[in-house]
Amino acid sequence: MLRYIAWRIAVMVPTLLIISALVFTIIELPPGDYFDSYVSELRAQGEAVDSDRIQMMRKEYGFDKPPVIRYFYWVGGMLHGDFGYSFEYELPVRDVVGDRMWLTVLVSFVTIIFTWLIAFPIGMYSATHQYSWGDYGLTFFGLLGLAIPNFMLALILMYFANIWFGTSIGHLMDQQYLGEPMSWAKAKSILAHLWIPVLIIGTGGTASMIRRLRANLLDELHKQYVVTARAKGLHPFKALVKYPLRMALNFFISDIGSILPAIISGAEITAIVLSLETTGPMLIRALQSQDMYLAGSFLMFLAFLTVIGVLISDLALALLDPRIRLQGGSTK
Amino acid sequence: MNTQSPLPAPGAPLQHYVSIAPFDLQSVEAMTPEQSKVFQASQLRLMWWKFRRHRLALISGIFLAALYFGILICEFLAPYNLHTRNMDYIYSPPQRVHLFHNGQFVGPFVYGREMKLDMDTLKRNYIDKQDDVQRIRFFCKGDSYRFWGLIEGDRHLVCPAENGQLFLAGTDRLGRDVLSRIIYGARISLTIGLVGIGFSFVLGIVIGGLAGYHGGIFDLVVQRIIEVLQSIPSIPLWLALAAIMPITWSPVLIYFGITVILGLIHWTGLARAVRSKLLALREEDYVLAAQLMGASSSRIIRRHLIPGFMSHLIATATISIPGMILGETALSFLGLGLRAPTTSWGILLTEARSVSVIAFYPWLLLPILPVILVILAFNFLGDGLRDAADPYK
Repeated sequence: MLRYIAWRIAVMVPTLLIISALVFTIIELPPGDYFDSYVSELRAQGEAVDSDRIQMMRKEYGFDKPPVIRYFYWVGGMLHGDFGYSFEYELPVRDVVGDRMWLTVLVSFVTIIFTWLIAFPIGMYSATHQYSWGDYGLTFFGLLGLAIPNFMLALILMYFANIWFGTSIGHLMDQQYLGEPMSWAKAKSILAHLWIPVLIIGTGGTASMIRRLRANLLDELHKQYVVTARAKGLHPFKALVKYPLRMALNFFISDIGSILPAIISGAEITAIVLSLETTGPMLIRALQSQDMYLAGSFLMFLAFLTVIGVLISDLALALLDPRIRLQGGSTK
Repeated sequence: MNTQSPLPAPGAPLQHYVSIAPFDLQSVEAMTPEQSKVFQASQLRLMWWKFRRHRLALISGIFLAALYFGILICEFLAPYNLHTRNMDYIYSPPQRVHLFHNGQFVGPFVYGREMKLDMDTLKRNYIDKQDDVQRIRFFCKGDSYRFWGLIEGDRHLVCPAENGQLFLAGTDRLGRDVLSRIIYGARISLTIGLVGIGFSFVLGIVIGGLAGYHGGIFDLVVQRIIEVLQSIPSIPLWLALAAIMPITWSPVLIYFGITVILGLIHWTGLARAVRSKLLALREEDYVLAAQLMGASSSRIIRRHLIPGFMSHLIATATISIPGMILGETALSFLGLGLRAPTTSWGILLTEARSVSVIAFYPWLLLPILPVILVILAFNFLGDGLRDAADPYK
């Protein structure tokens, strides 16, 4: 097992390198660079363009060199903690990102926990009470959460919060705490704001998780070992949790790796509507204005989280189901 | 020699009698007609019987079939054309259909409308004129259109009265009938994602199946590719892909191109699920038996392993179609998906993107209704199919 873990961590390095190349390509794909869009934006506003200065900036940031060389500069910089410079904010990327990175992690993490807390009991109930009113009702509510587009839910919640409570529910904290160092008051303010985005982002994922748990659990419950266990007098709850639920969990575990990018992608739109202080709105803005080092750092950070997630899911899968072979050796 | 051998000596007649006439099971234990109907039914027929029992799935299936038929003839179904503008009726709320006027039955009709501008807020207020009865016409002549851009026509299922109006779902900021636009929008919303899903499904099953079954180097490489592809969130991909599509393409074509590319990228989730299930299933005894009998690996995957988790594949497929529909609404909302004048449900919802619209013109949210209904229907249909996929349970 230890050898397997060490080996998997070693494999992560080339994976991350490939991802960095891919991320760089994606950012490079749209024609032109940040300075082109900057110049055209200035022209559109009727301002004079100092072309000497633009040329100088181009040179300073290595935009006169071919993309391959810039890629190596970028990767080399990241290796010793230099994530480059954001053109739009005229600050190093690390300073621009600031709080946003861990706020994103916080929102995503709480959302995942929320989804699991809701989906597990409902999925188990639906599977054990198939075709009962409770099954229909709970599944229907779960599906309703899936069917309403996140941004619409956000807008409608904002509207009603305005009418009922007279407050605006946007943002992740009260505005006076923005840029402040962490304090009790700030933490409390974040917690008070957190539930709305978690609710909105979480509703979408809950339904699919309920369905999949229900589907997989039903597959297992029809197997003979469950009947045997029940016939031998095992308590119904134990006969449900100990074996069938464990088997039905396979799909959850193999999903851990992919949940994170999915939640962050889904959260971006909600974050824009609610103007949350997470990375989503900033990433989209950076991509649109081709502020490439900022966008690239965000994407690499996400990629890193995902690779870790996949590693965890593979290990957990092997622990959970001993039939799965770690090395994936070929069959006879 | 062992004289106690149970076998007769070579050439000696057998001790017991064996009839060589073919044995008919029915002669011993006859089945009732109902029984034989069940036992001799094909797998497909059993699936259909089982599917039929799931009422909600059956209704959803019929509903979706009707919708997909409806998008073939939306020129006929919609009371107005897609771009017909009624400049006198901007932001008009939905009209109510009445049956009785002054206690007398006149059939379905709406009252005519009068606009009063609130001079303080500049808000348009519409008042029903209680004496202006406008009877709704059926199978009538209205806006002329080109059916699928080919055949001239002007027949509609319902039309407003002569010189009257009929806005059952209100109008938008240009005075266009929201109901007609919802009907036309279905055409793009319901079809655009299907091809991409087809691609990702085939790729997911084939690649995930091979990786899970063979393991070894192939599995390793596939695993890394999946990791790389999965770690990139879809929105940056959309942005980059939308930027490199040829400018000469129409918005619909660009969107179609992006969904196909996304289909080629999004097979990873399914492939991982297929792989992890296969890793467990391939250790089963029946797989060993098939291998010993000399079945090729593609046959084992196709005939013995995939049916084992078909139900899961079907659940995934039905849930990924609504995913595409929702994705379209979200991307159009961000301005990355389709763009006006193309009309889809996502485009219609972008009109309702601010809180003030919800406060003053809530009927612009109506396109959310078909979105919710279609997504629910696909999900119920998927449930029914899942339950029917293994009819021998």
